Amino acid sequence: MIPAPFSYVRATSADHALQLLASSGDDAKLLAGGQSLLPILKLRLARPEVLIDISRLTELSYIRVEGDEVAIGAATRHCDLVDSAELQRDVPLLPHVAALVGDRQIRHRGTFGGSLVHGDPAADLPAAVQALGATLVVQGPGGERRIQANEFFQSYFQTAVGEDELLTEIRVPRLPDAGWAYEKFTRRANDWAIVGVAAVDGRVALVNMGETPLRATATEQALAGGASPAEAARSAADGTAPVEDMHADQDFRRHLAQVLTERALTTVAAGRR
Amino acid sequence: MQVTTTVNGAQRSDEVEDRLLLVHYLREVCDLRATNVGCDTTSCGACTVLLDGESVKSCTVLAVQADGREVSTVEGLAGADGTMHPVQAAFRQEHGLQCGFCTPGMVMASVSLLKDNPSPTEQQVREGLEGNFCRCTGYHNIVKAVLAAAGSGAKA
Repeated sequence: MIPAPFSYVRATSADHALQLLASSGDDAKLLAGGQSLLPILKLRLARPEVLIDISRLTELSYIRVEGDEVAIGAATRHCDLVDSAELQRDVPLLPHVAALVGDRQIRHRGTFGGSLVHGDPAADLPAAVQALGATLVVQGPGGERRIQANEFFQSYFQTAVGEDELLTEIRVPRLPDAGWAYEKFTRRANDWAIVGVAAVDGRVALVNMGETPLRATATEQALAGGASPAEAARSAADGTAPVEDMHADQDFRRHLAQVLTERALTTVAAGRR
Repeated sequence: MQVTTTVNGAQRSDEVEDRLLLVHYLREVCDLRATNVGCDTTSCGACTVLLDGESVKSCTVLAVQADGREVSTVEGLAGADGTMHPVQAAFRQEHGLQCGFCTPGMVMASVSLLKDNPSPTEQQVREGLEGNFCRCTGYHNIVKAVLAAAGSGAKA
């Protein structure tokens, strides 16, 4: 399969990428690792006229401890999250989840910011940033905006990033002492989660239980009220309307959300570090 | 766009269409046909090559993204005198293939895996090759081959 024709331009800086976005009209797409975008282009689900390559912008590839947060450049690759000693120490949930994205080849190319902006509710990292209470930094013609992870994901493959904007940084709180867990249910190696659950620091986020990654707010409230993992997990699927597909109907997904949430919260309660 | 790459140690420069995929560049422009197109959807790993020493699925990389970079395919592994790379020798010794279609990608993925983890456990080999499908062998002899290449064949 071959993508429809496009013009390829390589951005030399984040500002240059923004200029290219502004001058390319409506039919430009940013290309980072390309591990979601190129399959979409090959299937001709999208036919942008211009691809703006930001994958070589070293200014967007970094992991820096800054006070109570770790600042991560949006073009940081999954494999670099996995290998980061700073993240393993301060935000261990994140490298653990990154190691479950795709496979080694995909992790060598795919980027943290790319996965978030793609906005697939079945992806792992969007739920991880929700569970972590991350802040997403977006640059655009009007300057910088900071968006809470809760408000970032809007619908299937839709995020708060405008067409003339660029996600530049993800800021995650340092939680070196918090228990954490990620439960990913798949039928086969290499698959997207049928359902997944990320839990850390009293927050619980669900993968593939709706049109965006979701916080399990009823479960979080129960936990805050002192409920046990089993009690809190009972409300994990409250208010969700998950997709039905060949892998699972809604009832099975809701069942999985409860079971996986209980497992995750049990791990957190046992103080996994 | 004009792309300059180093493919299996030899630098070259080619004018390519912006939308050309790396795997088609290797097969049709460079005439290196060992790298196979399998699923064409980033799943099967048959098209795995090394880009700057790291395994990638060349059906999901543009040739223009390889500009200025080094690409290694299975054709570049053996020595000038034909001596096989240790991973190739181990795949032959342990019969880590049947039809051979997945083998170029499987070998390149294994080379990358062993570079990052020279002494993997069996579990680490199985997880490390999760992006490469084999529909013949059931993976048993492939895993044995990678462990043998790592010098840890006794664990298989």
